[in-house]
Amino acid sequence: MTATPATLRAPLVVEFPFTRSLGPVQAAFLTGLRERTVLGVRTEGGQVLVPPVEYDPETAAELRELVEVDATGTVTTWAWNPDPRPGQPLDTPFAWVLVRLDGADTALLHALDAPGPEHVRTGMRVRVRWAAERTGAITDIACFEPYDSERDAAPARPHDGLFDEPVTGIVAAARLDYTYSPGRAQTDYLHALAEHKTVGERCPSCSKVYVPPRGACPTCGVATTEPVEVGPRGTVTTFCIVNIKAKNLDIEVPYVYAHIALDGAGLALHGRIGGIPYDQVRMGLRVEPVWSEDGRYPDHYRPTGEPDADYDTYKELL
Amino acid sequence: MSRDPSRDVAIVAFAQSDSLRRTDDLSEVEMLMPVLHDVLRQTGLKTSDIGFTCSGSSDYLAGRAFSFTMALDGVGAWPPISESHVEMDGAWALYEAWVKILTGETDTALVYSYGKSSPGSVRDVLTRQLDPYYLAPLWPDSVALAALQAQALIDAGETDEPALAGIAARSRDAAVGNPHAQLRGARPQGDHVVAPLRQGDCPPIGDGAAAVILAAGDRARELCERPAWIRGMDHRIEAHSLGVRDLTDSPSTRLAARRAGAFDGAPFDTAELHAPFTSQEVVLRKALKLDETVRVNPSGGALAANPVMAAGLIRLGEAAAGIHRGESDRALAHATSGPCLQQNLVAVLEGEPHVR
Ligand SMILES: [Zn+2]
Repeated sequence: MTATPATLRAPLVVEFPFTRSLGPVQAAFLTGLRERTVLGVRTEGGQVLVPPVEYDPETAAELRELVEVDATGTVTTWAWNPDPRPGQPLDTPFAWVLVRLDGADTALLHALDAPGPEHVRTGMRVRVRWAAERTGAITDIACFEPYDSERDAAPARPHDGLFDEPVTGIVAAARLDYTYSPGRAQTDYLHALAEHKTVGERCPSCSKVYVPPRGACPTCGVATTEPVEVGPRGTVTTFCIVNIKAKNLDIEVPYVYAHIALDGAGLALHGRIGGIPYDQVRMGLRVEPVWSEDGRYPDHYRPTGEPDADYDTYKELL
Repeated sequence: MSRDPSRDVAIVAFAQSDSLRRTDDLSEVEMLMPVLHDVLRQTGLKTSDIGFTCSGSSDYLAGRAFSFTMALDGVGAWPPISESHVEMDGAWALYEAWVKILTGETDTALVYSYGKSSPGSVRDVLTRQLDPYYLAPLWPDSVALAALQAQALIDAGETDEPALAGIAARSRDAAVGNPHAQLRGARPQGDHVVAPLRQGDCPPIGDGAAAVILAAGDRARELCERPAWIRGMDHRIEAHSLGVRDLTDSPSTRLAARRAGAFDGAPFDTAELHAPFTSQEVVLRKALKLDETVRVNPSGGALAANPVMAAGLIRLGEAAAGIHRGESDRALAHATSGPCLQQNLVAVLEGEPHVR
């Protein structure tokens, strides 16, 4: 037995600019923010919802009656955030607040810029601090700030929701950072690959050798543990010809991508076939891996020059 | 509605992994497999005997699309099996499996769920379940939203910081007897994470897995000496926007409980509540009308171990296991999902008075 190598870890970034279209109510609300105007929507029951939604949360009735409310309001609850996280509205300590704007019956979540928690309380008066640059997004409200004034009684007033150049969509950018670790079986596999060896794992129940191993036999539902070196040579079981160049890939098209059953393996893995014209690759072709100089995995597989394998020797691995 | 006793459904086995802060040396399937083997061993069933398999997990926790397909290796998904997945806590997978058995399509079901919070930052990851127009761009994390609810409760006079600290202490004391729990025994409340919530009011961040086997009628009696019969189960959801909800109450929990029959019949001796934050236990106790006669979270609850996506299923499993052991006769199990108890599932579990 060799010593257990350290579990591999690598940064994994998931980043996505979700592009979302807006309905008539959300479009009016977010365009309004760009124009320093806060809109709500009136329900059949007469409640004014801010932020507005297109369907009544209680009755599911379609809501379209837009109204304008004030940019001042009252804190209904709050929480002091001593340690702001990336992406949050302020990078200095602030209060999360639910604010019921004057004229509204429901509360909006946002940040309150205050010097410390002793300056925040439920019931305090606040007003919107507008962002200097506004694009039609919830972040057009930079945050709230304390507002030392009594509530003026202006009720919500009708608004047609019409603005020049209305916003019709948003891009909801998001990035999440992970540290990925592939677990014991794949770590062992990747360590062996770095030494130019392909090591699978045998199922103790059905004896099939899995390459790459994932630590479990999907047929038997048991852990695979016994390491088995396979290859290096193998047989092309099936293949396809890639004709469209992928973004950021410097492989010339057309090229062949194949299923390759390494000698001793219980199933085929994937690899690119090189060293032979694409239109001469065939089922049964015998191939071997080619490592690039500093590669941790085979760059591609090339023909060995052996006679083709007999169909019966690999038909179970297609 | 008359009841067909052959369609009575019970939890007949429960297994869980230890909840650990990190499990770098285990892939999801490697973490899950011992739990699956444990729950099958308890019943003597093989995976090929199981009529329906349903799982719960989240791609956002894993950081990979279709991550649940890799875990299927652990249940022996070849030859093909009848299988389903919910992108939610496994409690909702259990609900789906329960419905499947009630239809008569199968007599047995395997339910499992798992989550590894350690690869990412779970507070940030959970912001991605929020409304993408009005909330997600502000990145309000899970502790911040729970803290807003806690302050609303304090303002309403329903709790205070010492009372919340008492919930934290009781939970972690109870977890001393739970070998799978992550935080066991007394610990300081610590500093405010987001005030009014302190470190001690928040759940530990950890990785873990759980599995349950369900069976109907006589099949359940064959597989388990004292099955935990599911007398009712329901789940309800509230408006997504926090600003339209009364954060000091949980009408969805109350409605789910009523429809599950929680307010009919004998009193509960035990309640497993899925309250990751101390303040949420206050809300749930009120909604469920639980008084001091009910043992709440003898396992330590989510404050002692909170593997996201499995913690709700563990509540159902712990409640059932108490009945299996004869320590409980009528238990309530609750699971939640979403910010500030947005979605709630309630199940009523009973053991028969006489062991066969
Ligand atoms: Zn096998």
